[in-house]
Amino acid sequence: MTNVSIKDLTLEFGSLRVLDQLNMEIAEGEFLVLLGASGCGKSTLLNCIAGLLDVTEGQIHIGGKNVTWEEPNDRGIGMVFQSYALYPQMTVEGNLSFGLKNARMPKDEIKRRVDRAAEILQIEPLMKRKPGALSGGQRQRVAIGRALVRDVDVFLFDEPLSNLDAKLRADLRVEIKRLHQRLNNTMIYVTHDQVEAMTLADRIAIMKGGVVQQLATPDEIYNRPTNRYVAGFIGSPEMNFFEGSLEGADAATFVTGGVQLPVGNYEFSTEKAANAAVSMGIRPESVVTGELSSKEPFTATVEVEIVEPMGADTLVWTKLAGVDFRFRMDGTASVAAGDKIAIGFDPSKGSMFDAKSELRL
Amino acid sequence: MAEAKRPIRLLRNMNSKIAAIPMILTAMVVFIGCTVWTVVYSFTKSRLLPKLDFVGFDQYERLWNSNRWLISVENLFIYGVCSLVLSLLIGFLLAVMLDQKIRFENTIRTIILYPFALSFVVTGLVWQWLLNPDFGVQNVVRSLGWQSFTFDPIYDANIVIFGILIAAIWQGSGLIMVLMLAGLRGIDEEIWKAARVDGIPKWKTYVVVIIPMMKPVFITALVLISSGIIKVYDLVVAQTNGGPGLSSEVPAKYVIDNMFRAQNLGQAFAASTMMLLGVLIILALFGLTQIRGRKNAS
Amino acid sequence: MPADNMTVPSGPKPKKTLSAHNIILYGVVGLVCFYYLLPLWVMVMTSLKGMPEIRVGNIFAPPLEITFEPWHKAWFTACTGLNCDGLSRGFWNSVQILVPSAIISIFIASVNGYALSNWKFKGSEIFFAILLFGAFIPYQVMIYPIVIILREIGLMGKLGGLVLVHTIFGMPILTLLFRNYFSGLPEELFKAARVDGAGFWGIYFRIMLPMSLPIFVVAMIIQITGIWNDFLFGVIYTKPDTWPMTVQLNNIVNAVQGVKEYNVNMAATLLTGLVPLVIYFVSGKLFVRGIAAGAVKG
Ligand SMILES: Nc1ncnc2c1ncn2[C@@H]1O[C@H](COP(=O)(O)OP(=O)(O)O)[C@@H](O)[C@H]1O
Ligand SMILES: [Mg+2]
Repeated sequence: MTNVSIKDLTLEFGSLRVLDQLNMEIAEGEFLVLLGASGCGKSTLLNCIAGLLDVTEGQIHIGGKNVTWEEPNDRGIGMVFQSYALYPQMTVEGNLSFGLKNARMPKDEIKRRVDRAAEILQIEPLMKRKPGALSGGQRQRVAIGRALVRDVDVFLFDEPLSNLDAKLRADLRVEIKRLHQRLNNTMIYVTHDQVEAMTLADRIAIMKGGVVQQLATPDEIYNRPTNRYVAGFIGSPEMNFFEGSLEGADAATFVTGGVQLPVGNYEFSTEKAANAAVSMGIRPESVVTGELSSKEPFTATVEVEIVEPMGADTLVWTKLAGVDFRFRMDGTASVAAGDKIAIGFDPSKGSMFDAKSELRL
Repeated sequence: MAEAKRPIRLLRNMNSKIAAIPMILTAMVVFIGCTVWTVVYSFTKSRLLPKLDFVGFDQYERLWNSNRWLISVENLFIYGVCSLVLSLLIGFLLAVMLDQKIRFENTIRTIILYPFALSFVVTGLVWQWLLNPDFGVQNVVRSLGWQSFTFDPIYDANIVIFGILIAAIWQGSGLIMVLMLAGLRGIDEEIWKAARVDGIPKWKTYVVVIIPMMKPVFITALVLISSGIIKVYDLVVAQTNGGPGLSSEVPAKYVIDNMFRAQNLGQAFAASTMMLLGVLIILALFGLTQIRGRKNAS
Repeated sequence: MPADNMTVPSGPKPKKTLSAHNIILYGVVGLVCFYYLLPLWVMVMTSLKGMPEIRVGNIFAPPLEITFEPWHKAWFTACTGLNCDGLSRGFWNSVQILVPSAIISIFIASVNGYALSNWKFKGSEIFFAILLFGAFIPYQVMIYPIVIILREIGLMGKLGGLVLVHTIFGMPILTLLFRNYFSGLPEELFKAARVDGAGFWGIYFRIMLPMSLPIFVVAMIIQITGIWNDFLFGVIYTKPDTWPMTVQLNNIVNAVQGVKEYNVNMAATLLTGLVPLVIYFVSGKLFVRGIAAGAVKG
């Protein structure tokens, strides 16, 4: 059953069109992540859903009700912000109960809800403190608590972890996931961090320029990116791209810079056409080195240019078919610039895009 | 699913519109309405009471033939140019002085700024007393033995405007100093380090590097000083009341005197319209330089 | 120049406490302070002397015999026209003008600034632009139509009229001040409060006000000194009975008839300057911040 549905949503700031005819259906209990580069309109979309921005055109339905022109507090949503946005002059308790007091809820009900939220988030000892006396992680817990007490079906998160340091971010990420499993309500989560997106999401919506590029499960987005932008955006280090064309009788070979990659087993999602200009993307993770490489459909020997050790694994920069080519090796591998290494990979497991339309082939 | 009706535009955000009513009234009724009213009535021969008897440019002709108005404009011009140049110069030099890591900086800043808290009336009266030739500075210097010493700007029609200028600078330079000091403090410490490494002498760093970087501060100061200049009224009334004779009259005083004493409303309206015109010309020039500056930058 | 390097001493940096540079610097600092303090010194000294001593003595010299008679006279018995009850009348008039003017103007301007930064509506920016532009229009252009408006609504010559005028003319600068301040507060805080169901006034009183005390103090400082020091509006929109202190002061000191009592004049001048001076010395840094904030953009 659908919980949040967005129909032909357009939003303009003056003449600047930030969201363009956007459609999206989010199921009840789903964890949807909006992922995209900064400035692509993620927060704008979230603010539209929350009712904090007046939409230019289109409709928003939450829980089957058209809420396009409802006030934010009447939409059945709770929201968590990047900067926490706690009211600095109120205690934690005051922050949690502010919304409920505005709704003129009875005192004992307010207390019950605040206590429950505090227990879930383990912030009971902090209730009498002001936000200024809390650490970043504690503040964000309180901010989540403020959404929690509203007892709503839809949670909206706008980059809630971006202001935290790396370790806290990882901790809180797990907690948010746990919270979702426990409450099982719909969550719409904005981030520009792909690790967060991949780890949290049931589905990810990748946005660019106010348009959703791909809306799919993390697995699908990673393995079958729908266009070249998504392919390049997801994955770190970035996918290696080769420009070339499909040759041969049944277009079973990809030719680039004098190198031939066999793509006979590639699952085409469109009609394949020989001689068309094509970009081929190979993930750095899918390259095999050493002895195992000889089993792969494509093998080559390359010279190492730069080595970037990253602990768990090592990133190696080389050249293949005349362009930069990066791949990952085990962190324990000993390589140095100038070494010659045998590599191998299966081009059929890569992604191919039409060079002009940049869409997946 | 039913399409929710788009609410009526006017009713959305109603509280905000209600709250803005005083602002809207002030902007439309006072700033636009009253200004237009005055401009319209400057073309009438209103005397004691405003009347819509249009007489074309008669009032303006009379205005520019009036000796008193010509003196007022000349005074404003001299006062304006001098006060602009001196305020900027003195304000900047004082700020540089305070920026030398001197001791008691706070105390000294307090001393330089306190006159700004005083009203023009108080300022005018104090300096009237200080410049009083029988008791003030002139008298004191003479009593020290220098019998021919003369310094009586308030009683000398030729230099009376400079007497007012002294008081005005005393009152207002602290403000400019504070602005400039904030500007100086806002400049990245590393600029100074870079200049030192390059071996540029301090004074040259100020002239070549710092002043150009402080352009926005100078512009703010400029706007502030200019808007003060055109308003100058209280100071003159308190310090000299336009005298001796007509020698320290200013346009603002010409307007008020015609409006409430001479009962010559038409003249007052014409004169105030000329003041407005002066402001508009300055604003336009200012806007032009800003636009040109922006073009050059891009 | 490797040869030079060999001769560089390697000990600690030589100490220079009394360098020529420092002597000149502190000399200039001393002169500057002298110039700015001189009027205050002379005011205080003159106000503590008897008239005979003033006639023979030097205005810079401290009194041989201290007397508080001039202060007493200035406050209780100095004459303006027919009233001989001293400056105290003007003082209380000014207080009666100041308190409501400051409160009302700050309240209205803060709500305006809040609406302009958080609840923009179509046209709000245009009204604000007109309002800011209005800050540059010379008062003389709008004075007479306002007389008519006040007469029509029955406030001419009454304190209420002057309160209204101060609210109107304080609006541009204060609105700018508050708008900039509220725009600087995190926008997400405002959004969070809306999600929490607070409305226009709820957010203003519960969220914004408690966070904005410093800027309210700054606005208070601007308004208290500005309104207290006003002369022009006081002269025009009040009657002798309700004259504010500055107007009464000017009439006492610049009265044509009678013998000039310079000591009483200076005591009166000091008394009038006392309120803003106290505000200035008490508020310290905030005053500086206030004028700097008020100065942004003019
Ligand atoms: N209030 C506003 N007025 C004008 N433009 C805005 C406003 N808010 C956001 N934008 C623009 O809309 C685009 C999308 O912004 P946003 O949704 O905040 O991006 P992000 O994906 O980083 O959250 C950006 O180009 C931004 O400059
Ligand atoms: Mg954002």
